[in-house]
Amino acid sequence: MIYFDNVSKIYNGGQSIALQDVTFQVAPSEFVSIVGHSGAGKTTLLKMLIAEDKPTQGQVFFESLDIHTISRGALPKYRRKIGTVFQDFKLLPNKTAFENIAFAMEANGRSDEEIAENVPQALELVDLGDKIWNFPHELSGGEKQRVAIARAIVNQPDIIIADEPTGNLDPIATYEVVQILKKINDLGTTVIMTTHNKGVIDALARRVITMDEGRIVRDDVEGKYVL
Amino acid sequence: MITSIKRIVRSGFVGFWRNAFVSLAAIFVMTVTLTVIGGMMLVGQLLDATLVQIQEKVDINVYMVTTASEEAIFAFKASLEALPDVKEITYTSREQALGEFRERHKSDELTIQALEELGENPLGASLSIRAEQTSQYESIAAFIQEQREGEDPESPLIDRVNFNQNKGAIDKLTGIIGAVERTSYIAMIILVASSVLIAFNTIRLAIYTTREEIAIMRLVGASNMFIRGPFVLQGIMYGVVAGVLTLLILYPVVLWLGPVTSSFFRLDIAAYFITNFGRLFGVLVGSGVALGMISSTLAVARYLRV
Repeated sequence: MIYFDNVSKIYNGGQSIALQDVTFQVAPSEFVSIVGHSGAGKTTLLKMLIAEDKPTQGQVFFESLDIHTISRGALPKYRRKIGTVFQDFKLLPNKTAFENIAFAMEANGRSDEEIAENVPQALELVDLGDKIWNFPHELSGGEKQRVAIARAIVNQPDIIIADEPTGNLDPIATYEVVQILKKINDLGTTVIMTTHNKGVIDALARRVITMDEGRIVRDDVEGKYVL
Repeated sequence: MITSIKRIVRSGFVGFWRNAFVSLAAIFVMTVTLTVIGGMMLVGQLLDATLVQIQEKVDINVYMVTTASEEAIFAFKASLEALPDVKEITYTSREQALGEFRERHKSDELTIQALEELGENPLGASLSIRAEQTSQYESIAAFIQEQREGEDPESPLIDRVNFNQNKGAIDKLTGIIGAVERTSYIAMIILVASSVLIAFNTIRLAIYTTREEIAIMRLVGASNMFIRGPFVLQGIMYGVVAGVLTLLILYPVVLWLGPVTSSFFRLDIAAYFITNFGRLFGVLVGSGVALGMISSTLAVARYLRV
């Protein structure tokens, strides 16, 4: 489904190498964790995938489509196939949980009826059915992240990309968020997650890609957190 | 498509109210710009009116000798009319000239008496020549001069020509008006350019405060049109409000200036404002809308680079 072919990313005209000859693929419905030290290239890798940055060398394919040949006008359409979750949640502070999720649907041109129906469903899926009218500042970190996940899945994307989703959360909230991501994956959505959390990786027992200095150094089908 | 237009419009209005202070600043700056544009338009109108008035006063009067025959005068008139620069020629016969003279001096007992004394009409016929443009009088005057030199000294036709006397004054006034108009154009360009920059920066500020929102919109796959739309709409709203405000500011000003301008420039600026309201409205609101739209399109483009 996703295929990285010899991808390299070099910043500052050769000064710093973020990615070097990265080749791997992700099958549909896989749950892939990417681990590595800070600066190992995890976030750069995800940026390549959502076409926020172009590789210096190599190609990134989504199904048979070379992502970096997509025209700027067609890019939003491509991004709708991907749901994104970030460490800092990126919720709109002046919108309620419902509105934050509805916003993603509005941006996709969905009808008001669909919004009224799907938003509560998505919030139910992340166990926030009772916090639907709360603003982000009234929610805990774990709850904010669950709203962000609900927003990511509400348009039924093919992939969820989670960049350090548990980075700001306490152990219980971390557990909940990972369980939700697992549930989403069980429902058939591909999940690509980067993390620093050893406990999360070891508990998941799914595929783990380990990166170091822009290279893939390990790729284990049922991996452990090894650095 | 309709839903997304509806959403863009709604979000544009919400943004307008939610960033009320920034909206106010943008509207204020644009109102200043538009007031300058509107003011310049009105001043230009006054200058044009003055110029037209002066140009209308300019003509060449050729006074014929009293003995000149009508055929000779008409032949001369026809040769003048053949000139491409001549717009119109008014012929005043001796009798008409006398009538006008009597009319002008009817309260002047002495002059009328002197005229009666004389017994015969002392006035000659005259031709009043008007050109399309003031600059063309030069060649007409030269033609008349040539004609005069070629006359038979025994039976002359032309008595005198009164162009050269006020030529200097006309040239000077034309020059002054031209200079004033050029200066006001330059001032207008400078003022408009600086206001465009300020308006652009104000709108950029408004967008900068919502850049987080823009980043999130992009993230969830909103199209550029969907992101740009509300901001462009806000820019248009700034323009419309600023345009209407400008007209509201200018109205009492022209009402106040109306009597002064009508006596000094012979153009009542208040009446001009009212009769040309549609045009002024179009120009001011139109340039406000264009200004707001261009500023916000440019400003939002900065944050939409993928």
